[in-house]
Amino acid sequence: MSLDEIRDILNATVITHQASLRNSVESVYCADLMSDVLSFSDSGCLLITGLTNAQVIRTAEMAAISVIVFVQGKRPALQTIRLADEKDIPLLVTDLPMFDACGRLFEKGLRSQSASISRAPIVACHEGC
Amino acid sequence: MGNGADGIFFLTGKDFNNAGTASSNLKAVLERMGIAQDIIRRTAIAAFEAEMNVVIYAVAGMMKYRVTDTEISVTVQDMGQGIPNIDLAMTEGYSTAPDHIRAMGFGSGMGLPNIKKNTDNLSVNSIVGEGTTLEFVIQIKD
Ligand SMILES: Nc1ncnc2c1ncn2[C@@H]1O[C@H](COP(=O)(O)OP(=O)(O)OP(=O)(O)O)[C@@H](O)[C@H]1O
Ligand SMILES: [Mg+2]
Repeated sequence: MSLDEIRDILNATVITHQASLRNSVESVYCADLMSDVLSFSDSGCLLITGLTNAQVIRTAEMAAISVIVFVQGKRPALQTIRLADEKDIPLLVTDLPMFDACGRLFEKGLRSQSASISRAPIVACHEGC
Repeated sequence: MGNGADGIFFLTGKDFNNAGTASSNLKAVLERMGIAQDIIRRTAIAAFEAEMNVVIYAVAGMMKYRVTDTEISVTVQDMGQGIPNIDLAMTEGYSTAPDHIRAMGFGSGMGLPNIKKNTDNLSVNSIVGEGTTLEFVIQIKD
């Protein structure tokens, strides 16, 4: 899914330079715990979070996250936005609560990687039955 | 490749504005060397977890790295409170992080296990009241 589409689906505002909006993502990870993002997210995914500190950008940089959406209208400090620009990580802000943001993207077909993993045993069962 | 690299970055406890800079610089070095993306990601994640631990729990420290044709080795050494029980610290979910660290999205006791998960070899040595040394290696496969 392209970032343009994500922006439209979430009624979001892009707060970094627009250039890398041409990126697209295949999966989503959603958390306020950076510990979890570092342990469980996929490279190239979209991160949905309610935290706006500089460590969120650092976490995204290390985990090779493609884009960050801040929910509930939360905006990071200017310094943090600059860091994201420096690292070429587009930042979006939506007024939607986290559940609604996730719900809309799910409805449009985006999934987390763990969702696809948890589907696997069901397929295996069908084959076995 | 054919070329190696090594270097050192200094880390300051409680300096949350700059936390992550060393790992970011290491990541940039690996990118310039043309190392594979998944190897870079594993190294950057392990380095960042270790760097955050120094910033959160120690007074000061350093990150040394060496890259050869076959592996990336990183040593993160700090002066600080040390870890009384390393086995316990390595357990997923074990954390002594205070509330203001949790509010930043850290302190769920996943860092050390995640370093282990992302590296091919990890050693942790610590002396209580003196400091902690982490050494990890990531193999570069062709
Ligand atoms: N460099 C260090 N100096 C002193 N204590 C440390 C150090 N690194 C880790 N510890 C201790 O080990 C515990 C577990 O560390 P670990 O990195 O696994 O989790 P965390 O830092 O608490 O949370 P997370 O890494 O998920 O943000 C810490 O809570 C702390 O008590
Ligand atoms: Mg940690």
